[in-house]
Amino acid sequence: MKVFVDQDRCVASGQCVFAADGVFDQRDEDGIAVVLDDSPPDDRRAEVQDAAAGCPAVAITVEG
Amino acid sequence: MLRHVVVVGASAAGLSAAESLRSKGYDGKLTLIGEEPHPPYDRPPLTKQVLSGVWEPERVVLRDQTAISKLDADVRLGQTAVGLDVSQRTLRLGPRTAGPDPARREPQSGQAGTGVEQLAFDGLVIATGVRARRLPGSELAGVHTVRTLDDALALRSALLSGPRVVVVGAGFLGTEVAAAARGLGLDVTLVDPGPAPLQRQFGVRVADLVAQTHSDHGVRLRMNSGVTRFVSTEGRVTGVELTDRTVLAADVVVVAIGAVPATEWLADSRLPIGDGLECDATCRAAPGIYAAGDVASWYNPRFDRRMRVEHRLNATEQGSAVAANLLGADQPFAPVPYFWSDQYDVRLQAYGIFPRDATTTVVHGDPSDRRFAVAYVENGTVVGVLGWNCPPRDLRALRQLVADRAPDLVGR
Ligand SMILES: Cc1cc2nc3c(=O)[nH]c(=O)nc-3n(C[C@H](O)[C@H](O)[C@H](O)COP(=O)(O)OP(=O)(O)OC[C@H]3O[C@@H](n4cnc5c(N)ncnc54)[C@H](O)[C@@H]3O)c2cc1C
Ligand code: SF4
Repeated sequence: MKVFVDQDRCVASGQCVFAADGVFDQRDEDGIAVVLDDSPPDDRRAEVQDAAAGCPAVAITVEG
Repeated sequence: MLRHVVVVGASAAGLSAAESLRSKGYDGKLTLIGEEPHPPYDRPPLTKQVLSGVWEPERVVLRDQTAISKLDADVRLGQTAVGLDVSQRTLRLGPRTAGPDPARREPQSGQAGTGVEQLAFDGLVIATGVRARRLPGSELAGVHTVRTLDDALALRSALLSGPRVVVVGAGFLGTEVAAAARGLGLDVTLVDPGPAPLQRQFGVRVADLVAQTHSDHGVRLRMNSGVTRFVSTEGRVTGVELTDRTVLAADVVVVAIGAVPATEWLADSRLPIGDGLECDATCRAAPGIYAAGDVASWYNPRFDRRMRVEHRLNATEQGSAVAANLLGADQPFAPVPYFWSDQYDVRLQAYGIFPRDATTTVVHGDPSDRRFAVAYVENGTVVGVLGWNCPPRDLRALRQLVADRAPDLVGR
């Protein structure tokens, strides 16, 4: 599984960090999301998919 | 067993409901009906990236064609639900006015001649959102509202001719429009009957700072001023008359005075309509009939009250919750509402609720640094937190106070 964040779309809601802490984090200065682990282990798939589905800015893509 | 679920409203909440039904394993027939001709798109960027011109309008689309096909749904755009018969479990749909497939535009069944089609369902999600509230005179050229993509594009092109802009209503939309118009270098006046922008939403403390921010950026504020009428020449607006009889000259007027739930089509359904479609804690309005998004009023057990939330995240979360409940989960929907607004270099982020009689305490940073958070306390518990460019880690921790309904912080 591959995880991407479109930082141009991200609105810094922090929802992805609530859903999958460790895979996502937010930059201190502006809250924009960063991907900490762009190929997380499969046992985190559900969390990552929740993060993508719950992102209010549709900024997260999951492939594979 | 559900065999046909219909989702009315093809925007954030409706799309979330449809996708969640599929991801939770529903494999029956699915129909998604949306009045607008556009495929589902996102509204928050309309008053931000679209008005400012930072984004091409195509970027607001919520899903590409592949993702929409994956829904395996009959997606009917440009078609309006005009009535609901709860006991017969049928919808009445108006004629289809747009859509990618012209062959489908004719009604397939129903009463010939009236153009009205009957559609039977056994599960229904109502996600029709809200419509912009208007003022008398809204039909004049130069008077705009911003709810839809078409509205935003029309306003964007009007702003490009360098008009004098008067924004009526200093809520979220009005303040964002004022900021975007100032960003384009326009002459902007913001009018509101309240004492400061966003005061109704967040109280005096934050509102004074919002007012300051807008004046610092060159917006003229006319607070404590109602609008009595629009002045016009030959069908085009030329000014806005205020309650004190002064007339503000204007080439473009943006009316941003809130929205009304799109429930008019449910008037004969006998479903309970108040401020929105009234549902129980599981977002159910009647057996097999649920509501999600801006149109839904439901009882949120976390805050022990009925609410209706016009926030983007709620549309997604509630859409997903009603999909689960339609499939039998029967769980109360008890979110901590979340909202953001971007104006100039300010990002406001709000968790929870902000009752008018709540007391406020600064719980992070210092308002004079323009990086802080305020907690809202009601009856001894924290019910809301508002961050103003608040660092993300601190804001997430503060959200927890709201989720936990932490005791009063005053004096800590
Ligand atoms: C300009 C703008 C900026 C915003 N900015 C923010 C922000 O910064 N942060 C935030 O949290 N929220 C923001 N919001 C709010 C957010 O966009 C809404 O909460 C969200 O769009 C609600 O989604 P919804 O699906 O419930 O309703 P809507 O998006 O209103 O969609 C309802 C859809 O149903 C259709 N419909 C209505 N009646 C019928 C019918 N009878 N038959 C068929 N279809 C029908 C409508 O045409 C519409 O397409 C903003 C809203 C706007 C308008
Ligand atoms: S959920 Fe989406 S908008 Fe929120 S921080 Fe993560 S990527 Fe950004």
